[in-house]
Amino acid sequence: MNLTTWEARLTLPIIPGRDHIRGPLDAPVTLLEYGDYECPYCGLAHPITRVVQQEMGDMLRFVFRHFPVTTVHPYAELAAEAAEAAGAQRKFWAMHDLLYENQQQLDPPHLLANAEALGLDIKRFGSDLGRHVHEAKIREDFLSGVRSGVNGTPSFFINDVRHDAPWDFATLLTAVKQAAM
Amino acid sequence: MATRQQQQNAPLAPGTRAPDFRLHDTPDQTVAPSDFRGRPLILAFYPADWSPVCSDQMVLYQQVMPEFQKYDAQLLGISVDGVWCHLAFAKHRNIHFPLLADFEPKGDVSRAYEAYRRQDGVSERALFVLDRDGMIYWSYLSPVGVNPGADGILRALDAMARKVAS
Repeated sequence: MNLTTWEARLTLPIIPGRDHIRGPLDAPVTLLEYGDYECPYCGLAHPITRVVQQEMGDMLRFVFRHFPVTTVHPYAELAAEAAEAAGAQRKFWAMHDLLYENQQQLDPPHLLANAEALGLDIKRFGSDLGRHVHEAKIREDFLSGVRSGVNGTPSFFINDVRHDAPWDFATLLTAVKQAAM
Repeated sequence: MATRQQQQNAPLAPGTRAPDFRLHDTPDQTVAPSDFRGRPLILAFYPADWSPVCSDQMVLYQQVMPEFQKYDAQLLGISVDGVWCHLAFAKHRNIHFPLLADFEPKGDVSRAYEAYRRQDGVSERALFVLDRDGMIYWSYLSPVGVNPGADGILRALDAMARKVAS
């Protein structure tokens, strides 16, 4: 018997401008992922989230927050900073996709190569990474996840409630569709 | 036949004095809750080093450690694995908090906290937050296959800090 029970809910509301959002801001369903670019399960989940977004169209907004587990993933933090640094130049999602699609290549030379491929201002990108400009925001993402009951990656929330079922394509799509009804 | 859920214990409840004990965390060093009196103490009982859920849980706690430290809280992991197993596990997963061996007599401490799975011979996945005086402030028993995360611990530490401040 549990002496304390609670429903895991998102503790930090989604804030446009702060959060990275794909899809219409006023979509009826929100799917939020707490993810780690070096986590192989997140790598498996990435194409699933993409197809769920395609299937749902304007019914869904997808939000990504960082949950780098550097204890076991030494490149996860810098990869997250690279995504944020790209985001500062309006290329967050392009970098996000590149990182997840190339999880074996998250070391600094590859991050710089990604930035070049995306046509980013390399000086600014390198400076952001070198000075860890985005570290505080990533930590805020991480802690918001911890407080919301994230216990591993990837963790999904659908309309602020943690999705405890599996995240294979069929299950995730069904859950998102049900939330839209 | 009893279901898995029914076989679970209820862990020692809040308001109970936490049983003291002394267990090895390394071959030549022991740790006791009373070593940390005056500070909040988190006890995380878990079934087994190396198992996927336990690994994720302990790695998460290592990652959350700076938050626990903001409350001056100490974290101890406890399972029935031996010290050499703990050392290898901790090294492999970069875990830097003590992992205690409830190894001989096997499971004695877990039993004292009513956090032992007799049918499996391992500790339950149970969390305890002790206050500065060694009283149990919060306890939680997680289904054995579910990583309970850290939010419950942080809520308990929050509530305890507010109580101390008021």
